[in-house]
Amino acid sequence: MTRGVRLIVLALGGAGLAALLVAACLDLPGFGGTWHPYGDRAVEASLSRRTANAIASVNFDQRAFDTLGEMSILFASVVGTVVLLRQTRDEKRGKPEPEEVALPVRRYALIVLPVAVLSGLYVIAHGQLSPGGGFQGGVVAATALHLLYLGADYRALERVRPVGLFEVGDALAASAYVVTGLAAVLAGTAFLANTLLPYGTFNTLASGGTVPLLNAAIGMEVACAAVVLLARFLDQAVEIEKENGER
Amino acid sequence: MDEPLIVVVLLLVAASATAAVAVRDPVHQALVLAVLGVALALLFTVLQAPDVGLSQLAVGSVLTPLLLMLSVHRVRRREKGRKGKAR
Repeated sequence: MTRGVRLIVLALGGAGLAALLVAACLDLPGFGGTWHPYGDRAVEASLSRRTANAIASVNFDQRAFDTLGEMSILFASVVGTVVLLRQTRDEKRGKPEPEEVALPVRRYALIVLPVAVLSGLYVIAHGQLSPGGGFQGGVVAATALHLLYLGADYRALERVRPVGLFEVGDALAASAYVVTGLAAVLAGTAFLANTLLPYGTFNTLASGGTVPLLNAAIGMEVACAAVVLLARFLDQAVEIEKENGER
Repeated sequence: MDEPLIVVVLLLVAASATAAVAVRDPVHQALVLAVLGVALALLFTVLQAPDVGLSQLAVGSVLTPLLLMLSVHRVRRREKGRKGKAR
């Protein structure tokens, strides 16, 4: 295909996309407004199952199967990263040397670290009640752990973060989600249907049936996945070198 | 609805997104991306979607820039090693 033909194809495709987008946007309901048919139904369904956070109800109850797909995407990307960024035969592990950390940075990191980890765990635990949930809290808790790398050094981080355990945790949490879904099948309803557990009292930690369980599984999966991802990237950035000294 | 607030945050998002494209150095780009993440998180919060705002804050302004910077560091380290060997 010559350059001219390619440009014509590109222009045709672009023009078609632009026309469709404009046509679709012209048909959209106005910004804001009070007519929310999907929202009303989702809130009604979440209240009937005593889940205070309607978003958590959509994620882990009404659309729990979608969340399974999203979790699989993250899991697959972690597996891919682990395979691609492994230490190959012609690479060796160098000893990263500790560097001087400015005192304010060290103080800040060591003070904020426990607060950030706790906030992450809080966001996971209250996913069914308040904004947030397993995904958000998991990322916060996992990245907060890496403040130790800022405040101390790489070896301190490696000591509190055995990557092998987190890899196992990632797989366990992913299977826990599927097993909770299968439990519903064994109980005689559909995969991931929220009919297994009592719905509990509205706005308490144990309310919402299987929502807190699935939320916790996602929290653990995401936290472990983020730790493993960052560990592999950090390994490449800090430790792994070519055998012949070439980095 | 607080329309002026939405307009201000939208402009903020547009400005930081344009900056993220205009900046050429990958390290600076990662930093601008973190700012864009915060701006987007603000936008979602103003539009009453705190759940999405939280995800945006955690992933868009922390995790993605961090992964980008680690990758850039890795590539630069390798380039430096090659140059050192050639000398």
